[in-house]
Amino acid sequence: MNALAARRRHPAAIAVLLLIGLFLMGAAYSAVAPRPAEAGVVSQDDVSEGKQLFQANCASCHGLNAEGRKTGSGDAIAGPTLAGVGAAAVDFQMSTGRMPMRAPTAQAPRSDTIKFSEEDIAKIGAYVASLAPGPAIPSEEMVDPTKGDPAKGGELFRVNCAMCHNSSGAGGALTRGKYAPSLMDVAPKDIYMAMETGPQSMPVFNDTNLDSTAKRDIIAFLKSVEEGGNPGGLSLGRLGPVTEGMFAWIFGLGLLVGIAVWLGKKAA
Amino acid sequence: MNDQDITAAEGFGKDAVRLDEGHVVGQGGIPDRFENPGLPPHVPRGADLSEAAAKRAEKQVAGLFTLSILGTVLFVLAYFLVDIRTMAYLPGIGDMSLQHVLLGVGMGLALLGIGLGAVHWAKTLMPDEEVVEMRHPMRSSDADRDEVVRIMKEEGGKAQLSRRPLLKYTLGGAMSLFALPVLLPVLGGLGPMPQKSMSLTFWNGGPSGPGEEPAFTPMRLMRDPENTAIKASDVTIGSVFHVLPEGLLDLEHGVLEEKAKAAVLLMRLDPSDIKSQKELDWGHQGIVAYSKICTHVGCPVGLYEQGTHHLLCPCHQSTFDVTDDCKVIFGPAKRPLPQLKITVDDEGYLVSAQPFREAVGPSFWERG
Repeated sequence: MNALAARRRHPAAIAVLLLIGLFLMGAAYSAVAPRPAEAGVVSQDDVSEGKQLFQANCASCHGLNAEGRKTGSGDAIAGPTLAGVGAAAVDFQMSTGRMPMRAPTAQAPRSDTIKFSEEDIAKIGAYVASLAPGPAIPSEEMVDPTKGDPAKGGELFRVNCAMCHNSSGAGGALTRGKYAPSLMDVAPKDIYMAMETGPQSMPVFNDTNLDSTAKRDIIAFLKSVEEGGNPGGLSLGRLGPVTEGMFAWIFGLGLLVGIAVWLGKKAA
Repeated sequence: MNDQDITAAEGFGKDAVRLDEGHVVGQGGIPDRFENPGLPPHVPRGADLSEAAAKRAEKQVAGLFTLSILGTVLFVLAYFLVDIRTMAYLPGIGDMSLQHVLLGVGMGLALLGIGLGAVHWAKTLMPDEEVVEMRHPMRSSDADRDEVVRIMKEEGGKAQLSRRPLLKYTLGGAMSLFALPVLLPVLGGLGPMPQKSMSLTFWNGGPSGPGEEPAFTPMRLMRDPENTAIKASDVTIGSVFHVLPEGLLDLEHGVLEEKAKAAVLLMRLDPSDIKSQKELDWGHQGIVAYSKICTHVGCPVGLYEQGTHHLLCPCHQSTFDVTDDCKVIFGPAKRPLPQLKITVDDEGYLVSAQPFREAVGPSFWERG
């Protein structure tokens, strides 16, 4: 009989066993549990600086504590609450120039004039992320289009995205002045974060709906469309039969009318 | 004497009719018969008069035909010599396949050269004297017409058709009924009657052919196209899932036919945003499932705006309010989207609690 078996009736044995079991359980859980992606190292200074930036630049619509405003009353402008949107939403909205919004209109359009430096955006993101857990900024590897499968991504895109963004990612109209923007020339990171956070009218496609592999596949598909170019010539906005039909009517028929006039003329 | 002197001398305009006088019959009178003005005098063309102009026209036509030959040669050369992946920059268009450009330009020149050359030839060198050939009378001679009437009356009478009406009526009946065997296969060729299949979907318990209604079993809601089940906890607020019933994508055939009726959109709203009690009751904690098939003409209604909770159909802009049981708030659709009653099974997966209570998609005659 070995030493371990001899002590199995010791009064502390049950407690030791329980401790070992709990430790193993905890270790196993931390190994398999889904964890929110870490967004670099965030210090308390970043959070407080971010809060100051937020209150100076964003609070007029989103409220002093990012609690949001349901409806705009008086000169106050309505803005949604930012608790739980995460650093990814802040990064997406601000680094694509959508926020701060230039005017309280139906659509926050993408803009090339980005008002804040990357550090300031990261600080505001750190503050917003400190309010409630939310999606973090994805890593380089998660958005690398060369690692995705464009064929699978195309299938997912056609089911989940194409109804608003057009089957080739050219964008399209929504209700009452809103629209789904074109997805051409959008940074892979921004495509990822848009799916993750659901900006403006767009629904959320979280990791339980389209996991990070699926998101990377979709990015790979969009980049393959972008790289494919237009070997057939003029793309006419890639909007399909409407613009193509109009082109044929105006230029094709115009040319035919001109030829018909020439045919009917007598030679000099 | 020019025109103006004539009008002044004859007092032209003195009897002019004012605009408010109505119709006044003029004094010029109308001839009994308008004279045929005939053809305008023939004007000879440049090539008819001078041999130099004719020679020039000949060269132009020959040039156009040569252009066509060059176009064809360009087409053939581009087909064999240019790689399809070679891209070339075209001003106003951007990068595009060089071979496509050369093939298009070559074929365009080849056809246009022939066409323009032929027209130019006809207009400059072929004879252009206008000639009119008068139409001869169409009427047969009186003798011929009388003979036809005589044959119909006398010779036809020998068939005794007018004396024996029974023959006339049975022949008429046989001839008109004979259209049926021609018509029937055409109608039959349209396929079997849809019967119940228009009102049933895969959610009723399986493939819904024209036969009997399958027995209902709760089915899991599966992601399209991954074909994986969805847990209620997976659906966060603001999410939208494109859903098919369990087993549909595993069908061996008829997948598209079933998908066209059974496609469902799954959304999660804040329950306090939902105005309809029935919508809350048929959902699960703010998760609601609605048919994705528009009630107007059956397009997939997939454009969900999570901010306004509007659901937009891309074909004709019918807009449905997801907070109010998908009632129509804009556009040509007449009925709200049918809701699929869902619940959660023992393992936490979303399942259907009953099939659609009404037929999905556009209206049809037998729709109950």
